[in-house]
Amino acid sequence: MAPILRVERLSKSFGATTVLDDVSLSVEKGEILIVIGPSGSGKTTLLRCIHCLEHPDRGRIVLDGVPFGHAGGEGAAWQPDPPRELDAKRRRVGFVFQRFNLFANLTALDNVSIGPRRVLGLPAAEARARAAALLGRLGLTEHAAKLPSQLSGGQQQRVAIARALSMEPLLMLFDEPTSALDPELVDEVLQTMRQLARSGMTMIVVTHELDFAREVGDRVLFMDGGRLVEEGRPEEVFSRPREERTRAFLRRLLRTGAPHHPIDHEAPPTTDTIADRRA
Amino acid sequence: MFDFRLIADSVPFLLKGAVYTVQVSVLAIVFGLVLGWALGLIAVAGPGWLRAIAWAYVQFIRGTPLLVQIFLIYFGLPALGINVPAFWSGVIALGLNSGGFQAEIVRAGIESIDRGQAEAARSIGMSSLQALLLILVPQTIRRVIPPLTNELITLTKSSSLLSAIAVLELTHAGQAIIARTFAPFEIYAAVAVMYLVLIAVLSRGSALLERRVFVNY
Repeated sequence: MAPILRVERLSKSFGATTVLDDVSLSVEKGEILIVIGPSGSGKTTLLRCIHCLEHPDRGRIVLDGVPFGHAGGEGAAWQPDPPRELDAKRRRVGFVFQRFNLFANLTALDNVSIGPRRVLGLPAAEARARAAALLGRLGLTEHAAKLPSQLSGGQQQRVAIARALSMEPLLMLFDEPTSALDPELVDEVLQTMRQLARSGMTMIVVTHELDFAREVGDRVLFMDGGRLVEEGRPEEVFSRPREERTRAFLRRLLRTGAPHHPIDHEAPPTTDTIADRRA
Repeated sequence: MFDFRLIADSVPFLLKGAVYTVQVSVLAIVFGLVLGWALGLIAVAGPGWLRAIAWAYVQFIRGTPLLVQIFLIYFGLPALGINVPAFWSGVIALGLNSGGFQAEIVRAGIESIDRGQAEAARSIGMSSLQALLLILVPQTIRRVIPPLTNELITLTKSSSLLSAIAVLELTHAGQAIIARTFAPFEIYAAVAVMYLVLIAVLSRGSALLERRVFVNY
Protein backbone atom coordinates (compact mmCIF):
# COMPACT_ATOMS: atom_id res chain seq x y z
CA MET A 1 0.00 0.00 0.00
CA ALA A 2 1.27 3.49 -0.84
CA PRO A 3 2.11 5.63 2.19
CA ILE A 4 -0.30 8.47 2.93
CA LEU A 5 2.56 10.92 3.44
CA ARG A 6 5.96 10.81 1.86
CA VAL A 7 8.66 13.34 2.73
CA GLU A 8 11.77 13.13 0.57
CA ARG A 9 15.11 14.77 1.25
CA LEU A 10 13.65 17.85 2.93
CA SER A 11 16.13 20.63 3.75
CA LYS A 12 15.69 24.06 5.22
CA SER A 13 17.94 26.77 6.61
CA PHE A 14 17.19 29.98 8.43
CA GLY A 15 20.09 32.15 7.33
CA ALA A 16 23.26 30.26 8.13
CA THR A 17 21.52 27.77 10.43
CA THR A 18 20.47 24.48 8.91
CA VAL A 19 17.30 23.34 10.67
CA LEU A 20 16.40 20.45 8.40
CA ASP A 21 19.11 18.48 6.71
CA ASP A 22 18.01 15.94 4.12
CA VAL A 23 15.10 14.47 6.09
CA SER A 24 13.06 11.68 4.52
CA LEU A 25 10.18 9.76 6.04
CA SER A 26 6.93 8.15 5.15
CA VAL A 27 3.75 7.48 7.09
CA GLU A 28 1.23 4.73 6.37
CA LYS A 29 -2.48 5.23 6.74
CA GLY A 30 -3.49 4.84 10.38
CA GLU A 31 0.08 4.93 11.60
CA ILE A 32 1.14 6.94 14.65
CA LEU A 33 4.60 8.39 14.19
CA ILE A 34 6.27 9.91 17.23
CA VAL A 35 9.04 12.47 16.75
CA ILE A 36 11.43 13.15 19.60
CA GLY A 37 14.63 15.13 19.84
CA PRO A 38 16.35 17.94 21.70
CA SER A 39 15.72 21.64 21.29
CA GLY A 40 16.58 23.00 17.88
CA SER A 41 16.64 19.53 16.34
CA GLY A 42 14.14 20.61 13.68
CA LYS A 43 11.06 18.68 14.89
CA THR A 44 8.77 21.70 14.89
CA THR A 45 10.13 22.97 11.60
CA LEU A 46 9.55 19.54 10.09
CA LEU A 47 5.87 19.64 11.07
CA ARG A 48 5.51 23.23 9.94
CA CYS A 49 7.03 22.35 6.56
CA ILE A 50 4.68 19.39 6.14
CA HIS A 51 1.83 21.83 6.74
CA CYS A 52 3.47 24.53 4.60
CA LEU A 53 3.42 27.06 7.41
CA GLU A 54 7.10 27.25 6.44
CA HIS A 55 8.43 26.46 3.03
CA PRO A 56 11.40 24.13 2.81
CA ASP A 57 14.37 25.10 0.66
CA ARG A 58 14.33 21.84 -1.24
CA GLY A 59 12.83 18.38 -1.13
CA ARG A 60 9.48 16.79 -1.84
CA ILE A 61 6.29 16.35 0.19
CA VAL A 62 3.58 14.10 -1.22
CA LEU A 63 0.28 13.73 0.61
CA ASP A 64 -2.00 10.95 -0.58
CA GLY A 65 -0.41 11.03 -4.03
CA VAL A 66 -0.62 14.83 -4.36
CA PRO A 67 2.65 16.76 -4.16
CA PHE A 68 2.88 19.92 -2.09
CA GLY A 69 4.75 22.68 -3.86
CA HIS A 70 6.37 22.32 -7.22
CA ALA A 71 9.83 20.98 -6.64
CA GLY A 72 11.56 20.62 -9.96
CA GLY A 73 14.02 17.82 -10.53
CA GLU A 74 16.12 16.11 -7.90
CA GLY A 75 17.57 18.72 -5.52
CA ALA A 76 15.88 21.67 -7.21
CA ALA A 77 14.74 24.63 -5.11
CA TRP A 78 11.26 24.50 -3.60
CA GLN A 79 8.52 26.37 -5.43
CA PRO A 80 5.52 27.08 -3.19
CA ASP A 81 2.04 26.36 -4.52
CA PRO A 82 -0.04 29.34 -5.60
CA PRO A 83 -2.05 30.56 -2.56
CA ARG A 84 -5.39 29.05 -3.55
CA GLU A 85 -3.95 25.60 -4.19
CA LEU A 86 -1.97 25.75 -0.99
CA ASP A 87 -5.08 26.66 1.05
CA ALA A 88 -6.93 23.71 -0.49
CA LYS A 89 -4.11 21.26 0.23
CA ARG A 90 -3.70 22.50 3.76
CA ARG A 91 -7.28 21.59 4.61
CA ARG A 92 -6.38 17.92 4.33
CA VAL A 93 -3.85 18.14 7.14
CA GLY A 94 -4.84 19.04 10.70
CA PHE A 95 -2.39 20.95 12.88
CA VAL A 96 -2.46 21.16 16.67
CA PHE A 97 -0.29 23.95 18.05
CA GLN A 98 1.70 23.95 21.24
CA ARG A 99 -0.09 27.12 22.36
CA PHE A 100 -3.58 26.01 21.16
CA ASN A 101 -4.17 29.21 19.18
CA LEU A 102 -7.93 29.03 19.50
CA PHE A 103 -9.67 31.97 17.84
CA ALA A 104 -10.00 34.33 20.81
CA ASN A 105 -13.10 36.07 19.50
CA LEU A 106 -15.14 32.90 18.94
CA THR A 107 -16.86 30.44 21.27
CA ALA A 108 -15.64 26.85 21.40
CA LEU A 109 -18.47 25.80 19.09
CA ASP A 110 -17.72 28.58 16.60
CA ASN A 111 -14.02 27.73 16.69
CA VAL A 112 -14.92 24.25 15.51
CA SER A 113 -17.68 25.20 13.07
CA ILE A 114 -15.99 28.12 11.31
CA GLY A 115 -13.82 25.87 9.13
CA PRO A 116 -16.68 23.71 7.83
CA ARG A 117 -18.82 26.82 7.40
CA ARG A 118 -16.38 29.26 5.80
CA VAL A 119 -13.78 27.01 4.22
CA LEU A 120 -15.80 23.94 3.21
CA GLY A 121 -18.90 26.03 2.58
CA LEU A 122 -21.35 23.84 4.51
CA PRO A 123 -24.72 25.38 5.43
CA ALA A 124 -24.59 27.02 8.87
CA ALA A 125 -26.85 24.44 10.52
CA GLU A 126 -24.81 21.55 9.19
CA ALA A 127 -21.51 23.13 10.22
CA ARG A 128 -22.85 23.69 13.74
CA ALA A 129 -24.14 20.13 13.91
CA ARG A 130 -20.76 18.78 12.88
CA ALA A 131 -19.01 20.97 15.46
CA ALA A 132 -21.46 19.99 18.21
CA ALA A 133 -20.95 16.31 17.40
CA LEU A 134 -17.17 16.68 17.57
CA LEU A 135 -17.29 18.55 20.86
CA GLY A 136 -19.58 15.83 22.18
CA ARG A 137 -17.18 13.13 21.08
CA LEU A 138 -14.37 14.85 22.97
CA GLY A 139 -16.55 15.41 26.05
CA LEU A 140 -16.72 19.19 25.65
CA THR A 141 -20.44 19.71 25.11
CA GLU A 142 -20.88 21.74 28.29
CA HIS A 143 -18.16 24.18 27.15
CA ALA A 144 -19.56 24.78 23.66
CA ALA A 145 -20.75 28.32 24.37
CA LYS A 146 -17.63 29.45 26.22
CA LEU A 147 -14.90 31.68 24.90
CA PRO A 148 -11.33 30.34 24.92
CA SER A 149 -10.45 32.71 27.78
CA GLN A 150 -13.04 30.91 29.91
CA LEU A 151 -11.51 27.46 29.32
CA SER A 152 -8.57 25.73 30.98
CA GLY A 153 -5.48 25.01 28.89
CA GLY A 154 -6.44 21.35 28.61
CA GLN A 155 -9.94 22.19 27.46
CA GLN A 156 -8.58 24.72 24.98
CA GLN A 157 -6.23 22.15 23.51
CA ARG A 158 -9.06 19.62 23.16
CA VAL A 159 -11.19 22.23 21.39
CA ALA A 160 -8.19 22.91 19.16
CA ILE A 161 -8.03 19.20 18.32
CA ALA A 162 -11.76 19.27 17.53
CA ARG A 163 -11.18 22.30 15.31
CA ALA A 164 -8.52 20.46 13.34
CA LEU A 165 -10.76 17.37 13.07
CA SER A 166 -13.66 19.47 11.80
CA MET A 167 -11.94 19.64 8.42
CA GLU A 168 -11.86 15.82 8.26
CA PRO A 169 -8.13 15.71 7.62
CA LEU A 170 -6.21 12.75 6.23
CA LEU A 171 -3.41 13.37 8.66
CA MET A 172 -3.08 15.12 12.03
CA LEU A 173 0.11 16.89 13.11
CA PHE A 174 0.71 17.59 16.81
CA ASP A 175 3.44 20.07 17.76
CA GLU A 176 4.23 19.36 21.43
CA PRO A 177 0.53 19.52 22.27
CA THR A 178 1.00 19.16 26.03
CA SER A 179 4.17 21.09 26.75
CA ALA A 180 2.39 24.41 27.38
CA LEU A 181 -0.02 22.80 29.86
CA ASP A 182 -0.02 22.64 33.62
CA PRO A 183 0.95 19.10 34.64
CA GLU A 184 -2.49 18.16 35.91
CA LEU A 185 -4.06 19.06 32.56
CA VAL A 186 -1.75 16.94 30.43
CA ASP A 187 -3.67 13.69 30.86
CA GLU A 188 -6.99 14.85 29.47
CA VAL A 189 -5.26 15.92 26.26
CA LEU A 190 -3.28 12.68 25.99
CA GLN A 191 -6.52 10.77 26.60
CA THR A 192 -8.13 12.60 23.68
CA MET A 193 -5.15 11.78 21.50
CA ARG A 194 -5.32 8.10 22.50
CA GLN A 195 -8.97 8.06 21.57
CA LEU A 196 -8.10 9.60 18.22
CA ALA A 197 -5.32 7.09 17.62
CA ARG A 198 -7.70 4.20 18.34
CA SER A 199 -10.18 5.62 15.82
CA GLY A 200 -7.60 4.97 13.10
CA MET A 201 -6.41 8.54 12.52
CA THR A 202 -2.97 8.94 10.97
CA MET A 203 -0.86 11.09 13.28
CA ILE A 204 2.59 12.60 13.57
CA VAL A 205 3.22 13.67 17.15
CA VAL A 206 6.16 15.72 18.37
CA THR A 207 6.26 15.10 22.08
CA HIS A 208 8.36 14.54 25.18
CA GLU A 209 5.70 12.30 26.74
CA LEU A 210 7.65 9.05 26.58
CA ASP A 211 4.95 6.90 28.23
CA PHE A 212 2.42 8.12 25.72
CA ALA A 213 4.88 7.56 22.89
CA ARG A 214 5.58 4.00 24.03
CA GLU A 215 1.92 3.17 24.45
CA VAL A 216 0.41 4.77 21.34
CA GLY A 217 3.29 5.14 18.90
CA ASP A 218 3.81 2.67 16.07
CA ARG A 219 7.18 4.13 15.23
CA VAL A 220 9.58 6.59 16.84
CA LEU A 221 11.85 8.94 15.04
CA PHE A 222 14.74 10.63 16.83
CA MET A 223 16.00 13.90 15.34
CA ASP A 224 19.09 15.86 16.24
CA GLY A 225 20.69 18.86 14.53
CA GLY A 226 18.14 18.78 11.72
CA ARG A 227 18.93 15.17 10.84
CA LEU A 228 17.03 11.98 11.31
CA VAL A 229 19.32 10.02 13.61
CA GLU A 230 17.38 6.92 14.53
CA GLU A 231 14.09 5.32 13.73
CA GLY A 232 12.35 2.23 15.03
CA ARG A 233 9.59 0.69 17.09
CA PRO A 234 9.09 2.56 20.40
CA GLU A 235 10.24 -0.32 22.60
CA GLU A 236 13.44 -0.65 20.56
CA VAL A 237 14.31 3.02 20.46
CA PHE A 238 13.48 3.63 24.11
CA SER A 239 14.96 0.44 25.55
CA ARG A 240 17.85 -0.29 23.23
CA PRO A 241 18.75 2.88 21.32
CA ARG A 242 21.44 2.15 18.76
CA GLU A 243 22.87 5.65 18.52
CA GLU A 244 24.85 7.33 21.27
CA ARG A 245 23.06 10.63 20.66
CA THR A 246 19.69 8.96 21.21
CA ARG A 247 20.94 7.39 24.42
CA ALA A 248 22.24 10.73 25.69
CA PHE A 249 18.96 12.47 24.87
CA LEU A 250 16.84 9.81 26.57
CA ARG A 251 19.05 9.87 29.65
CA ARG A 252 18.68 13.62 29.89
CA LEU A 253 14.92 13.48 29.34
CA LEU A 254 14.44 10.81 32.01
CA ARG A 255 16.53 12.81 34.46
CA THR A 256 14.62 16.09 33.93
CA GLY A 257 11.51 14.01 33.54
CA ALA A 258 8.59 14.01 31.21
CA PRO A 259 6.39 16.78 32.61
CA HIS A 260 3.50 14.53 33.67
CA HIS A 261 5.53 12.20 35.89
CA PRO A 262 4.13 12.84 39.37
CA ILE A 263 7.60 13.18 40.91
CA ASP A 264 8.50 15.99 38.58
CA HIS A 265 5.50 18.21 39.11
CA GLU A 266 7.68 20.93 40.47
CA ALA A 267 10.29 20.66 37.75
CA PRO A 268 10.78 23.85 35.77
CA PRO A 269 10.22 23.65 32.03
CA THR A 270 13.23 22.18 30.29
CA THR A 271 15.33 24.51 28.21
CA ASP A 272 14.09 22.36 25.37
CA THR A 273 10.48 23.45 25.55
CA ILE A 274 11.40 27.06 26.10
CA ALA A 275 13.67 27.14 23.09
CA ASP A 276 11.08 25.41 20.93
CA ARG A 277 8.46 27.90 21.94
CA ARG A 278 10.71 30.65 20.76
CA ALA A 279 11.41 28.93 17.47
CA MET B 1 -16.39 91.76 35.27
CA PHE B 2 -17.59 88.34 34.17
CA ASP B 3 -20.97 88.92 32.51
CA PHE B 4 -23.27 85.89 32.85
CA ARG B 5 -26.17 87.67 31.16
CA LEU B 6 -24.13 88.00 28.03
CA ILE B 7 -23.40 84.28 28.07
CA ALA B 8 -27.05 83.43 28.60
CA ASP B 9 -27.99 85.63 25.65
CA SER B 10 -25.36 83.99 23.47
CA VAL B 11 -26.27 80.41 24.23
CA PRO B 12 -28.86 79.92 21.47
CA PHE B 13 -26.43 81.16 18.80
CA LEU B 14 -23.57 79.12 20.24
CA LEU B 15 -25.77 76.02 20.28
CA LYS B 16 -26.38 76.48 16.57
CA GLY B 17 -22.61 76.52 16.15
CA ALA B 18 -22.33 73.41 18.32
CA VAL B 19 -24.82 71.62 16.07
CA TYR B 20 -22.58 72.44 13.09
CA THR B 21 -19.59 71.16 15.01
CA VAL B 22 -21.38 67.89 15.73
CA GLN B 23 -22.52 67.54 12.14
CA VAL B 24 -19.12 68.20 10.62
CA SER B 25 -17.42 65.96 13.18
CA VAL B 26 -19.79 63.01 12.79
CA LEU B 27 -19.54 63.12 9.01
CA ALA B 28 -15.74 63.42 9.16
CA ILE B 29 -15.57 60.59 11.70
CA VAL B 30 -17.55 58.27 9.43
CA PHE B 31 -15.43 59.26 6.44
CA GLY B 32 -12.25 58.90 8.47
CA LEU B 33 -13.25 55.47 9.81
CA VAL B 34 -13.91 54.11 6.35
CA LEU B 35 -10.69 55.59 4.99
CA GLY B 36 -8.68 54.59 8.06
CA TRP B 37 -9.78 50.93 7.97
CA ALA B 38 -9.26 50.74 4.22
CA LEU B 39 -5.74 52.17 4.50
CA GLY B 40 -4.97 50.08 7.58
CA LEU B 41 -6.02 46.84 5.88
CA ILE B 42 -4.01 47.79 2.80
CA ALA B 43 -0.99 48.44 5.00
CA VAL B 44 -1.05 44.90 6.42
CA ALA B 45 -2.40 42.89 3.50
CA GLY B 46 -2.39 44.95 0.32
CA PRO B 47 -0.15 44.45 -2.70
CA GLY B 48 3.19 46.26 -2.55
CA TRP B 49 2.35 49.20 -4.80
CA LEU B 50 -0.87 49.93 -2.92
CA ARG B 51 0.96 49.68 0.40
CA ALA B 52 3.47 52.22 -0.88
CA ILE B 53 0.67 54.63 -1.76
CA ALA B 54 -0.96 54.17 1.64
CA TRP B 55 2.39 54.74 3.33
CA ALA B 56 3.05 57.94 1.36
CA TYR B 57 -0.44 59.17 2.17
CA VAL B 58 0.02 58.63 5.90
CA GLN B 59 3.39 60.39 5.79
CA PHE B 60 1.83 63.39 4.06
CA ILE B 61 -1.05 63.62 6.54
CA ARG B 62 1.23 63.28 9.54
CA GLY B 63 3.87 65.59 8.16
CA THR B 64 1.76 68.62 7.28
CA PRO B 65 -0.35 70.91 9.50
CA LEU B 66 -4.09 70.29 9.49
CA LEU B 67 -4.72 73.98 8.80
CA VAL B 68 -2.65 73.73 5.62
CA GLN B 69 -4.56 70.61 4.60
CA ILE B 70 -7.85 72.46 5.16
CA PHE B 71 -6.67 75.37 3.00
CA LEU B 72 -5.46 72.96 0.32
CA ILE B 73 -8.94 71.46 0.07
CA TYR B 74 -10.88 74.70 0.46
CA PHE B 75 -8.84 76.73 -2.02
CA GLY B 76 -7.49 73.85 -4.07
CA LEU B 77 -10.70 72.13 -5.14
CA PRO B 78 -12.18 75.30 -6.72
CA ALA B 79 -8.89 75.78 -8.56
CA LEU B 80 -9.50 72.35 -10.09
CA GLY B 81 -12.97 73.48 -11.09
CA ILE B 82 -14.74 71.61 -8.30
CA ASN B 83 -16.96 73.86 -6.22
CA VAL B 84 -17.50 72.58 -2.73
CA PRO B 85 -19.23 74.58 0.02
CA ALA B 86 -17.08 75.44 3.05
CA PHE B 87 -18.95 72.93 5.22
CA TRP B 88 -18.17 70.01 2.91
CA SER B 89 -14.60 71.20 2.39
CA GLY B 90 -14.30 70.93 6.15
CA VAL B 91 -15.77 67.43 6.25
CA ILE B 92 -13.43 66.26 3.50
CA ALA B 93 -10.32 67.85 5.02
CA LEU B 94 -10.99 66.52 8.53
CA GLY B 95 -11.94 63.08 7.19
CA LEU B 96 -8.83 62.81 5.02
CA ASN B 97 -6.68 63.91 7.93
CA SER B 98 -8.27 61.59 10.47
CA GLY B 99 -8.20 58.67 8.02
CA GLY B 100 -4.43 58.94 7.85
CA PHE B 101 -4.05 58.77 11.62
CA GLN B 102 -6.66 56.03 11.98
CA ALA B 103 -4.84 53.95 9.37
CA GLU B 104 -1.84 53.79 11.67
CA ILE B 105 -4.01 52.82 14.63
CA VAL B 106 -5.69 50.04 12.65
CA ARG B 107 -2.39 48.76 11.24
CA ALA B 108 -0.77 48.63 14.66
CA GLY B 109 -3.91 47.01 16.11
CA ILE B 110 -3.93 44.20 13.56
CA GLU B 111 -0.20 43.63 13.95
CA SER B 112 -0.59 43.39 17.72
CA ILE B 113 -2.78 40.26 17.42
CA ASP B 114 -0.81 37.12 18.25
CA ARG B 115 0.73 35.53 15.14
CA GLY B 116 -0.70 32.17 16.21
CA GLN B 117 -4.22 33.40 15.42
CA ALA B 118 -3.43 33.90 11.75
CA GLU B 119 -1.47 30.64 11.62
CA ALA B 120 -4.37 28.71 13.12
CA ALA B 121 -6.70 30.26 10.56
CA ARG B 122 -4.37 29.26 7.74
CA SER B 123 -3.99 25.80 9.26
CA ILE B 124 -7.66 25.01 8.67
CA GLY B 125 -7.35 26.17 5.08
CA MET B 126 -8.59 29.75 5.32
CA SER B 127 -7.19 32.15 2.75
CA SER B 128 -5.16 35.05 4.11
CA LEU B 129 -8.11 37.35 3.38
CA GLN B 130 -10.49 35.12 5.35
CA ALA B 131 -8.00 34.97 8.22
CA LEU B 132 -7.83 38.76 8.18
CA LEU B 133 -11.55 39.46 7.99
CA LEU B 134 -12.95 36.60 10.10
CA ILE B 135 -10.29 36.30 12.78
CA LEU B 136 -7.93 39.28 12.98
CA VAL B 137 -10.26 42.22 12.32
CA PRO B 138 -12.91 41.24 14.89
CA GLN B 139 -10.18 40.99 17.52
CA THR B 140 -8.67 44.27 16.39
CA ILE B 141 -11.91 46.24 16.67
CA ARG B 142 -12.14 45.96 20.42
CA ARG B 143 -8.44 46.55 20.88
CA VAL B 144 -8.43 49.82 18.92
CA ILE B 145 -11.48 51.43 20.53
CA PRO B 146 -9.40 53.40 23.10
CA PRO B 147 -6.84 54.83 20.63
CA LEU B 148 -9.58 55.48 18.07
CA THR B 149 -11.53 57.36 20.72
CA ASN B 150 -8.53 59.62 21.28
CA GLU B 151 -8.35 60.23 17.57
CA LEU B 152 -12.06 61.07 17.36
CA ILE B 153 -11.70 63.51 20.25
CA THR B 154 -8.79 65.17 18.47
CA LEU B 155 -10.84 65.37 15.30
CA THR B 156 -13.82 66.97 17.06
CA LYS B 157 -11.64 69.60 18.67
CA SER B 158 -9.75 70.19 15.43
CA SER B 159 -13.02 71.13 13.76
CA SER B 160 -12.52 74.52 15.42
CA LEU B 161 -9.88 75.16 12.74
CA LEU B 162 -12.72 75.26 10.23
CA SER B 163 -13.50 78.75 11.61
CA ALA B 164 -10.63 79.79 9.34
CA ILE B 165 -12.68 78.90 6.27
CA ALA B 166 -15.87 80.46 7.60
CA VAL B 167 -17.75 77.33 8.57
CA LEU B 168 -20.13 78.59 11.22
CA GLU B 169 -19.18 75.92 13.76
CA LEU B 170 -18.87 76.50 17.49
CA THR B 171 -15.61 78.46 17.53
CA HIS B 172 -16.63 80.64 14.61
CA ALA B 173 -20.02 81.27 16.19
CA GLY B 174 -18.17 82.48 19.28
CA GLN B 175 -15.97 84.75 17.19
CA ALA B 176 -19.05 86.24 15.53
CA ILE B 177 -20.58 87.08 18.90
CA ILE B 178 -17.31 88.55 20.13
CA ALA B 179 -17.17 90.82 17.08
CA ARG B 180 -20.47 92.34 18.24
CA THR B 181 -20.03 92.29 22.02
CA PHE B 182 -16.26 92.71 22.59
CA ALA B 183 -16.42 90.14 25.41
CA PRO B 184 -13.89 87.49 24.34
CA PHE B 185 -13.33 86.02 27.81
CA GLU B 186 -16.98 85.21 28.55
CA ILE B 187 -17.72 83.89 25.11
CA TYR B 188 -14.58 81.75 24.76
CA ALA B 189 -15.26 80.36 28.22
CA ALA B 190 -18.75 79.38 27.13
CA VAL B 191 -17.35 77.89 23.92
CA ALA B 192 -14.82 75.88 25.89
CA VAL B 193 -17.51 74.47 28.18
CA MET B 194 -19.56 73.40 25.19
CA TYR B 195 -16.58 71.55 23.68
CA LEU B 196 -16.02 69.90 27.03
CA VAL B 197 -19.59 68.60 27.07
CA LEU B 198 -19.34 67.31 23.50
CA ILE B 199 -16.10 65.46 24.25
CA ALA B 200 -17.52 64.04 27.49
CA VAL B 201 -20.44 62.55 25.57
CA LEU B 202 -18.06 61.07 22.99
CA SER B 203 -15.82 59.50 25.67
CA ARG B 204 -18.79 58.06 27.51
CA GLY B 205 -20.16 56.53 24.31
CA SER B 206 -16.83 54.96 23.53
CA ALA B 207 -16.52 53.49 27.03
CA LEU B 208 -19.97 51.96 26.70
CA LEU B 209 -19.07 50.53 23.31
CA GLU B 210 -15.95 48.96 24.74
CA ARG B 211 -17.67 47.38 27.74
CA ARG B 212 -21.15 46.53 26.50
CA VAL B 213 -21.16 46.03 22.77
CA PHE B 214 -17.96 44.05 22.36
CA VAL B 215 -17.87 41.08 24.68
CA ASN B 216 -14.95 40.68 26.96
CA TYR B 217 -12.52 38.24 25.37
